[in-house]
Amino acid sequence: MLTVIRDLLKYDGRFRVAFVFLLLTLILAALSLFSPYAPNRTFLVPQDMPPSLQHPFGTNSRGQDLLWWMAFAVRNSLILGIITAIVSRIIAIFVGLVAGYRGGGIDRLLMSFNDSFVVLPVLPILILLSFLLQGQLSLVALALLLGLFGWPWDARLIRAQVLSLKERSFTRTAVYSGTPPLKLTLREHLPFVLPVVFATTINNMLWAIGMEVTLSVLGLSDVTVPTIGTTIFWANQHQALVAGVWWWLAAPIIVAVVLFLGLYLLFSSVNEFIDPRTRLRRIGA
Amino acid sequence: MPLLQIEDLRAYYRTEVYGISRSVRAVDGVSMELYNNEIYGIAGESSCGKTTLIKVISGTLKPPLRVESGRVHYDFGAFEVDMLTIDPEELRQTVRWKEISYVMQGSMSVLNPVRKIIRTFEDIVRTHQGIPNKKLFLEQTQEHVRRLGLPPDVLNLYPHQLSGGMRQRVAIALATVFHPSLIIADEPTTALDVVVQRGVLQMLKDIQAESQNTVLLVTHDLAVHANVADRVGIMYAGRIVEEAPTQIIFNAPRHPYTEHLIRSLPTIGDKSVKASLGGAPPNLANPPSGCRFHPRCPLAMDRCRTETPEMITLSHHHRVACHLVTEAEA
Amino acid sequence: MRKFVLNYLIPRIGQYFLVIFLGVTLTFIIPRLSPSDPVERQVSQLMMSGSHVSPEAIIAMREALTEMYGLSGSLWEQYLAFWGRLLKGDLGPSLSSFPTPVTQLLATAMPWTFGLLMTSIIISWIVGNILGALASYYEKNVAIQIVDVVSQAVRPIPYYIMALVLLAVFAYWIPIFPFSGAYPPGTRVEFSLSFILTVIRHSLLPLFSLVLIGIGGWFIGMKSLTSNIISEDYVVYAENAGLPKNRILSQYIIRNAMLPQITGLALQIGLIFSGALIMEVVFGYPGMGTLTFQAVMANDYTLIMGITLLSIVGVATIVLILDFIYPLFDPRVRIQ
Repeated sequence: MLTVIRDLLKYDGRFRVAFVFLLLTLILAALSLFSPYAPNRTFLVPQDMPPSLQHPFGTNSRGQDLLWWMAFAVRNSLILGIITAIVSRIIAIFVGLVAGYRGGGIDRLLMSFNDSFVVLPVLPILILLSFLLQGQLSLVALALLLGLFGWPWDARLIRAQVLSLKERSFTRTAVYSGTPPLKLTLREHLPFVLPVVFATTINNMLWAIGMEVTLSVLGLSDVTVPTIGTTIFWANQHQALVAGVWWWLAAPIIVAVVLFLGLYLLFSSVNEFIDPRTRLRRIGA
Repeated sequence: MPLLQIEDLRAYYRTEVYGISRSVRAVDGVSMELYNNEIYGIAGESSCGKTTLIKVISGTLKPPLRVESGRVHYDFGAFEVDMLTIDPEELRQTVRWKEISYVMQGSMSVLNPVRKIIRTFEDIVRTHQGIPNKKLFLEQTQEHVRRLGLPPDVLNLYPHQLSGGMRQRVAIALATVFHPSLIIADEPTTALDVVVQRGVLQMLKDIQAESQNTVLLVTHDLAVHANVADRVGIMYAGRIVEEAPTQIIFNAPRHPYTEHLIRSLPTIGDKSVKASLGGAPPNLANPPSGCRFHPRCPLAMDRCRTETPEMITLSHHHRVACHLVTEAEA
Repeated sequence: MRKFVLNYLIPRIGQYFLVIFLGVTLTFIIPRLSPSDPVERQVSQLMMSGSHVSPEAIIAMREALTEMYGLSGSLWEQYLAFWGRLLKGDLGPSLSSFPTPVTQLLATAMPWTFGLLMTSIIISWIVGNILGALASYYEKNVAIQIVDVVSQAVRPIPYYIMALVLLAVFAYWIPIFPFSGAYPPGTRVEFSLSFILTVIRHSLLPLFSLVLIGIGGWFIGMKSLTSNIISEDYVVYAENAGLPKNRILSQYIIRNAMLPQITGLALQIGLIFSGALIMEVVFGYPGMGTLTFQAVMANDYTLIMGITLLSIVGVATIVLILDFIYPLFDPRVRIQ
C-alpha cells in the first residue's frame, strides 16, 4: 500500500495534485477540533471583515469567522460523503455480486430495477422528499437518503466486473479443481472487485457532496449545520454578492473546488492504476 | 535482385511504466531475403518475434516498438524503397496496399463492425486509386470477389453476418484488390477449423500462382508450411535459426530446434510417444547468452552457452545457425 | 426483424414502463411516509397567515384538500385514484397560485427547460466526442492538451458551484452577460426577431455552463473509449491499409466509439436534467428549475409533485427515444 502511494506520488502528476488538495482539505477539517467557537453560535466576531491575517477567510454578516465555520463545513460534508458512500456501497456490492454470480432471471430482474433507478431523475425526487421532511432532515438522515439513491451505477460496474471474472480461465480452473465458491470469491475475485469498489466510492462521495450543496442551497436541509451547501445558502440569504461580501461565497467555492478536484483526480489516478492494461504494463507482461 | 533484403535487423519494445523500464528484444539480428514468385513461410512458437518481424517488414510498427539497427530494402522493379528511412506519407501513397498488403492476425475482427463490407473496399480503393465511376467500381469489386470464389452478395452484408472462414476470405480479397508484389499473411488460418483452413489456404495458393507475386506466410502450424510454402524459415527467440526449401527443411533439418519441431509432427500410422521439449521459450526481455536455444537443447556444448552461432550457408540454399553444424561442416 | 423486435424493442419499452411505474409509485409513497400530514400543515399555515377564517370554512378547506391530495379511502384505493388522475392528465390546482392547474404552470415552464437541455446536450455531446476522439489520436497537440486539463478540472465541479463561479465572473466581475432571466422584466413575449435575440443573449450563460461541464464529461469518456478502440484490429487494419487519418477517425474510430456514448447519454440524462434545473435556479431562467425553486419557497406541494412526475416521465421518454435511435447506428443490434 505504502509503496503504491510512493510510486503514484513519484510518477503521476494527477496523484500529486490530488494528494496535496486532499491533505489541505483534511487539515482544514481537522482544524474544526480546535475551533474556539461552536459552529452554531453567531455574532462572535466583527461582521463582514474581509480576509486578513486575523481572519484568513474573512468573517460573514452573521458574525462568524469563516475559517472556523468552513472547518466544520468541510468536516460535515466529508462525513456526509462517507456515510452515503458506505450505505450505497453496501447496496451496490450486494446487488452487483448477486446479479453477477447468480445470473439468469435474478440478474435480469435486478438489472432492470437497477437501470430504472439509473434513469430516474434523482433531484426532483429528493426535492420532494426533503420538502416533506423540511427542517427535520438532519445531516445523517440526508446522507442515508442519498445512499439509498446512489448505488445503481456502481452496482452495474461491479456486476460487469464479476461477469468478466466468471469468464476468465483461472475461474474455470478453480471451479474444475473443486475450489469452494466462497473461497473462490473471497480469495480470487475480491482482489479484482475491491479496486472497482474503491474507485466508485470516491465518485459516489463526489456525487453525494454535490447533491448536498444543491439541496441546501434550495433550503431543503438543516441549515443550522455547517456544510459547504449551507454556507452558500446563508451567503445567498444575506445577498453576500450584492452586499460586496464576496469572500463569504469565495470561501465555500474555493474549499469545494479544492475538495472536488482532489477527490476526482484521486479517482482518475487510481482508476488508471487499477486498469488491467496499465497493470499489465506495470508488471511487465 | 531479391524483392526484399533484410540485413541484421534488430527491433525492440521499450516501455517505461511507473519508473520500471524494460526492453523486449523481439527481433534481434534477423537477415533474410524474399524473392519474386515464391511463398515463404516463417514458423516458430508464439512470442518468438514473428509478428514483430512482420510489423517491421510491412512498415506498420508503432511505439513502443522501435527499430534499433539493420536494413529493410525492397526492390519492386519500378522503384526501390528503404523501409526504415522512407517518409511515412510516401510509404502510404506508393507502397501500402499497392505493393505490400497485409492479411492481419485475428482477421476475424479486422472488418469494421458497423459498416458494410463494400464500404471497406470503397475506402481502400478510393485511397489508393480513386473512384471516378461508382458503378464501374461496384462491378469491378463484384468481379474481383467472384473470381476468388466469393458470392458478390457478401459485399452488402455486415461483418457479423459472415462466418469466420468467409471473413478471412474477404480479408484476402481486400488484400489482393491491387495485385500487390508482396502479400503478408499473419496466422491466416489459426482461428479456423481444418476444413475451412484448407479452402482459405488453397485460395492463397491460387492467387499466388495466378499473379506470380510473393506471399510471406507466418504461422506456428508446420503442417500449413509443408502444404503451402516454397521455402521455410524457422524463428526462435527473435532470430532465424534455420532456413531452407520446404522439402529440405522437412526431410533433412539440421538445427536441433527444427529437428524437434518436425519430429513432433503427427504422421499417419505413427503411434510412438512424442518427446516434449523441456523448458519454455526464453524471456525476450532477458534472453539467454550464446545460442538462445542452449538451455533447452539436448545437444548443447560449452561453446553454445557463451558464443552466438553464425548463420552459415550449406548447399541448396540451406542456411542454419548452430555450432554443431558449423563444426561438422568445417 | 422479429428477433430485433423481441430481443431489443420490447425489453426497452418494458423498461420504459417500469421506470414510470417505479417513479410514480415512489412519488405516491414518499408523502405518505412523511411524519407531518400535508393537509394539517397546509391548514395551519393558512391560519398562521393571520387571516380570519371561520371554523366552517376550515372544515370545508380540509375536505377539499383531503380530496385534492387523494387522501380518502384505503391506501390501495388512494393509489388507484392517484393513477386514475395521472392518466387523465390531472395534477390538481397549484396551491400558491390557486386555482391555476399545475399542468398549466408546467406547460409554460417546460419548453424553456426542454430548449435549454436539448441545445446543451446536442452541442456538448457532439463537440465533446469529436474533441475526445481527436485527443487520443493527436496526443501531442497543445490545444488538445489544454482541453484535457480544463476538462479534468471542470468535470468534478458540481453544477451549482460552476454556475455560481461563471455568474460571478461573467455577470458580476466582467459584466458581459445579463444577471438573470430569459428576457428583461416587462418584455412582451412574442415571436419576433428582437425577442428571440434577447432570449438567446440571456440564455447564453446558463447554456454555456451546461455545455462546458458537458463537454468536459463527454471529452473524458470519449478519450478513454478511443484509446481502447485505437488498438482494435479494424483500426490497425485501416492504418495498415494506408487510409487517410480523417477517414479512420470519422468512419472507424468515432463511428464505433459513439455507440457506448449514446448509451452513456441515455444513462446520464437524469443527471444532466438535474444539472439543468440547478442552472435555471442560479440564472433565474424561467424553466422547471426556477418553478421548482418557487414551489419550494411557496410551500406549493402539488406543484412539486407535478414537477417530479413530469421530470420522471420526460427523462424516461428521452431515454426511450435514444434507445430507438441506437439501432440506427449499430447494425449488430438492428440485424441479428
